[in-house]
Amino acid sequence: MGLLSALGAPKSWGEKSVQAMVSVSNLTRKFGEFTAVDDLSFKVAPGEVVGFLGPNGAGKSTTMKMITGFLAATAGQIEVCGLNIDTDPKQVKQRIGYLPEGAPMYGDMTTQRFLGFIAQVRGYRGAEINNRIDAAIERLELEEVRYQTIETLSKGFKRRVGLAQAILHDPSVLVLDEPTDGLDPNQKYQVRKLIKDIASEKAIIISTHILEEVDAVCSRALIIARGRLLADGTPTELMTRAEGHNTIELVTGAAQADALQQALSGLSGVASIDTTISRDNADNRVLRLRPNDGADLLDSVNALISETNLPVQQIHRQQGRMEQLFRQLTTTDTEAG
Amino acid sequence: MNNLGTIFKRELASYFLTPLAYIFIVIFLLLNGIFTFYLGQFFQRGQADLQPFFEFHPYLYLILIPPIAMRLWAEEHKSGSIELLMTLPISLAEAVLGKFLAAWCFTAVALAGTFPIWLTVSYLGDPDHGIIIAGYLGSLLMAGAYLAIGSAMSAVTQNQVIAFVISVLVCFLFIVSGFPIVLDFFSGWAPAFVVNAIASLSFLTHFDAIIQGVIDLKDIIYFASLIGFWLFANAVLVEIKKS
Repeated sequence: MGLLSALGAPKSWGEKSVQAMVSVSNLTRKFGEFTAVDDLSFKVAPGEVVGFLGPNGAGKSTTMKMITGFLAATAGQIEVCGLNIDTDPKQVKQRIGYLPEGAPMYGDMTTQRFLGFIAQVRGYRGAEINNRIDAAIERLELEEVRYQTIETLSKGFKRRVGLAQAILHDPSVLVLDEPTDGLDPNQKYQVRKLIKDIASEKAIIISTHILEEVDAVCSRALIIARGRLLADGTPTELMTRAEGHNTIELVTGAAQADALQQALSGLSGVASIDTTISRDNADNRVLRLRPNDGADLLDSVNALISETNLPVQQIHRQQGRMEQLFRQLTTTDTEAG
Repeated sequence: MNNLGTIFKRELASYFLTPLAYIFIVIFLLLNGIFTFYLGQFFQRGQADLQPFFEFHPYLYLILIPPIAMRLWAEEHKSGSIELLMTLPISLAEAVLGKFLAAWCFTAVALAGTFPIWLTVSYLGDPDHGIIIAGYLGSLLMAGAYLAIGSAMSAVTQNQVIAFVISVLVCFLFIVSGFPIVLDFFSGWAPAFVVNAIASLSFLTHFDAIIQGVIDLKDIIYFASLIGFWLFANAVLVEIKKS
């Protein structure tokens, strides 16, 4: 935690900023006729890790570029730590750590020199520069590539140098565009662990199209497609909105399948039941019971089974899958549009 | 302007990170030597001055300066590091000026490498050192104007070769506007003030005055405003290109 506590809070925190470190309202960005970001509004509070989820070209990166001050918004407001990006760009940039997509850096510099450059730009002088570099290098485990030029590094190391650069000044807000893209599973795990470790007092925004990542690191997910916000909630909340949430699967012998289906269809709140042959055993049948509106029918199903005394080998309630919701939201949107 | 120095240092250091800088300086000095001694007939003239040395600088710089500037912004666009640079707490003015000054400083280093020629002429005769100093200053100023053009053109594209070609083209226009052939074309029908205006746009008109030892304020203002204009254009182009 040394890296985190060393800098302390920026001086000019307003009351408002404690509640929302990043506040985006009615943000719109057009490229000619094309609307990349369409009237997007959301807030990120300290301690939150917000995941931007969306298909390619959904406007995730464009939104991040506007929050970090790289692109100007066509309309709408962005406030970071209570400061407006249009009126105080330098102050805002000082409070943000940003990892652009693909982690572009100065390839001809060594890790040490590059981080030194960043430290100087961030306003550190003298011994502080080296303290900052050392802390970032330790945190991202970059010691072995400290004196290597960045262009010779593997993808994983490059990404980590990019992250080191983003957290070097212990920013209040971290914006990471696809931080784990192209990394192997171990490296992904490391990056996610880092994000969780530093999340406690920061507002972190990450973009990804890896859905498991949202579950793994995000406290909240925003699903974006065609520049519009389609869903906003904790991963658990979102999953209840997925089709097939609380589907109950029962495995039973072929002989009892029909009787069981008959009995279950009498339950209230059941939308549909379909029966398939079990993959593990051809003599078994799998009954898939879909509830209306994702209601939880497990208790009533259990009650029914014990009442009717029909033999059931397995009973299992399925969680809604993020992937399902993602497809549901983003593809219907495409068809509608 | 806190970060002007930081940008300047990074850019200047990056010239020397590859052997290219040293190769460039060698070529710069070689070409200067060839032009001065062979084409300029330095010895045959029998005069103790550096006229034949400075005279070729407008043409030499046409080829030698754009390579120094072409990398400045094109590379940032190509690698995407422009996004990093522009999201750091650095103002656009700091970035543009820092890069330009680094390139100018590198050029000054290369130009300083020509000092043996000054020693030679001092050894052989008794030159007017004031004129030589004026020549060096004028040459450096003119290099600054070339660099500002090159830097602005580098912001237009992510391809360094394209940046090089268009910088040469634009710089060439600034030379050729002083050529009699161009001026004759206009003098037939255009009013005199137009012809004068075109002639006064040329590097040659102003540089020739300086290397004669005449440091006129208007020539200095000319180069300074040219640098200012192109650096402003540079900033505007960076802003346009990124959105």
